[in-house]
Amino acid sequence: MNKIKIALVGQPNVGKSMLINSISNARLKVGNFSGVTVTKEIVFFDYKNYEFEIIDLPGAYSLNDFTIEEKVTKEFLENENYDIILNVLDSTNLQRNLFLTTELLALDKKMVLALNMIDEALNEAIKIDEKQLSTILGKPCVKTSAAKNIGINNLLETLINKFESEKFPTKLIFSDVIEEEIRNICEFLKESNYKTNNTYRELAIKLLKEDTNTYQFFQKEPIWINLQPLLNHSFEHIFLHFETKDIEEIFNDEKFSFAAGVVTETVKNNNKKNKTLSEKIDSLLINKFLGLPIFLFLMWGLFQLTFTVGNIPMDVIDSFFAKLIDQTKFYLGDNELSSVIADGAIAGVGSVILFLPNIMILFFGIALLETTGYMSRVAFLLDGFFHKFGLHGKSFIPLVTGFGCSVPAYMAARTLKNDKDRLLTLFIIGFMSCGARLPIYVLFVGAFFSKENAGNILFLIYISGAILGLIAAKVLKLVIFKNEDEPFVMEMPKYRMPSFKLIWHTVSNQALMYLKKAGTFILAASILIWFASNYPKDKEFENKINSMMKFAQNEIQIQALQNELALYNLENSYLGKLGKASEPFFEPLGFDWKMSVALETGLAAKEIVVSTLGILYGLGDEVLEDSKSLSSKIKENIPPASAISFIVFVMIYLPCLAASMVFAKEAGGWRYLAYLFVFTTSTAWILSFIAYKIASLIY
Amino acid sequence: MTLDQIDKNEEAVIVKINCDRVLKNRFYSLGIVKFSKLTVKEKTLTSSTLEIEINNSKIALRISEAQKIEVTKV
Repeated sequence: MNKIKIALVGQPNVGKSMLINSISNARLKVGNFSGVTVTKEIVFFDYKNYEFEIIDLPGAYSLNDFTIEEKVTKEFLENENYDIILNVLDSTNLQRNLFLTTELLALDKKMVLALNMIDEALNEAIKIDEKQLSTILGKPCVKTSAAKNIGINNLLETLINKFESEKFPTKLIFSDVIEEEIRNICEFLKESNYKTNNTYRELAIKLLKEDTNTYQFFQKEPIWINLQPLLNHSFEHIFLHFETKDIEEIFNDEKFSFAAGVVTETVKNNNKKNKTLSEKIDSLLINKFLGLPIFLFLMWGLFQLTFTVGNIPMDVIDSFFAKLIDQTKFYLGDNELSSVIADGAIAGVGSVILFLPNIMILFFGIALLETTGYMSRVAFLLDGFFHKFGLHGKSFIPLVTGFGCSVPAYMAARTLKNDKDRLLTLFIIGFMSCGARLPIYVLFVGAFFSKENAGNILFLIYISGAILGLIAAKVLKLVIFKNEDEPFVMEMPKYRMPSFKLIWHTVSNQALMYLKKAGTFILAASILIWFASNYPKDKEFENKINSMMKFAQNEIQIQALQNELALYNLENSYLGKLGKASEPFFEPLGFDWKMSVALETGLAAKEIVVSTLGILYGLGDEVLEDSKSLSSKIKENIPPASAISFIVFVMIYLPCLAASMVFAKEAGGWRYLAYLFVFTTSTAWILSFIAYKIASLIY
Repeated sequence: MTLDQIDKNEEAVIVKINCDRVLKNRFYSLGIVKFSKLTVKEKTLTSSTLEIEINNSKIALRISEAQKIEVTKV
């Protein structure tokens, strides 16, 4: 079996990831805005006796170091081993896409071009002569449509052919002046019998482009002594001809005219300047006056949907797990094992799975925003506003992703080029309540507010979290991140019909990740919490209560005694001790020790807050035969003012363990995590305190 | 005049770009180069961001970046 290693390169929004999906049915996240594929993803599959390995590199407009994505892509292409570059282009916008192709040609590797979205080009009456294009570039070009499944097999065959055949010399041709100097340098290297893994032409182009790494390398070589005068001479000649000393501008002009020339020779555009569908939609969605209200309405609709539709399967799941717990206890009897399985594991994981429908609806909405291309419009609409708070319009993308899960959000922040802009965005992503905090809100809002109001309150929680985040951004920008602003120049991709398959991929991926967390991390944490809340056992007190029970005269007295025992055990458990110890810290916020414990376990994962509350309040009333839902138990045990203060604290404090790890990695050090901990905890404490005081006055 | 002074639906041609190399490269890779023709498609309510059409792509720019692009009306 032959292995073919392919580097997949293309500008953002050309459908690279979607192409991989059509080829291999792989699990990959695909989106229609810059920065979905931030790290490179690798996909394996077999086709006709060949083992394909495709590395999906981050989208890059060119191989500059403007964004981290471009840096990652550039470094991979220059330093790693691979057999073929698969360059994906948007057929409807060939000229701009060919700009990147010219830079890839300079690498002088085996390459295949996929003219993707060919169906859209046909609709827009754009005709491409791919044979002519292949001849000019010296690389095979294949028309494809990932969405319509056109040309996929042809592409695979072409890749295999390319892999099996010899490499042709590259046909990237510069203007005569530059070609002459390239020839001079090549000849010099040949005469000196210089040994290198790269071709002489590649080295010559890099030297003329003033590539820093190449210069650093050559300055340590003996050949440098003779190379330097030659280069000086070459540059003099070029500068004289182009009337500028900006070599980068010269090469950009070269590439641009090459791309423009290729397009004139191969593309016929019969497009009669009609308003395209995208333009018609845009005249409404980014309208001066209607744009923002429409956006806010859509967001509001999404949260309403999450709450109302999500509730239907929740009831089914809830009763399923209640039954499962009862059944387990029935079969295993009343002992330690049945308690750890039913009350620890099943109850903990069950309360996490309960919120799966809500989370799937929310992720569905966000995926829809991403794949249709609406996300970029929102960045356009909001940049003016965000800029006032020291943020970048692009910060919107990681921030909105933060509503789903902080982990991808932290990673999406890499689209921000400027370090300080990125750090600032990273610091406030936590204010955007992630999907895992939703269960806590749903539980508390459901317990303390009427059904009609629940959706609105939930919306209010999310909006006020976002507003707090903006205020925090402004404060941080003024105090810590004082710097020049990053430029805002962003492509607005065409609107695309969302493919159900792709959205399903994203949503099911997220759902699976959530369930995996429930199955492993949260299961372990649930058992740990169960243990911490059940041990150490005080035998003496238990015996005392048991003996008192013998003298009890009626059911009510027995129940009261059993309750007393359960509560006593909890208060003296490890978990209870932990909560008690931190009680003074949380007392001014109106939290009892149970709530304190729940918050502390929430540092591991926000879902655990709910399962901890479930275990803590569930055990306390276990003896009462009617199995009340957690919601009503919370309503009985927590005063409304404390509940509101609790919601505020949850909104702001540190995200889960996994997200914290990613944050530390993206921010560039553990000390940032320490800053984040201090920053979020102190903000959360102060605001919860204020919320508690105000709420106490009302209730 | 600079790009920010062009009204909605007006066409213009780029004459000069005044900015540092990094931003200039960015402009290049998005097709914003000398002698290119563009149309201003939309401006936000506060005119802080604008959308242009250039070489069949739509690009959003902040006003501070638009001020760096010198143009003449067509």
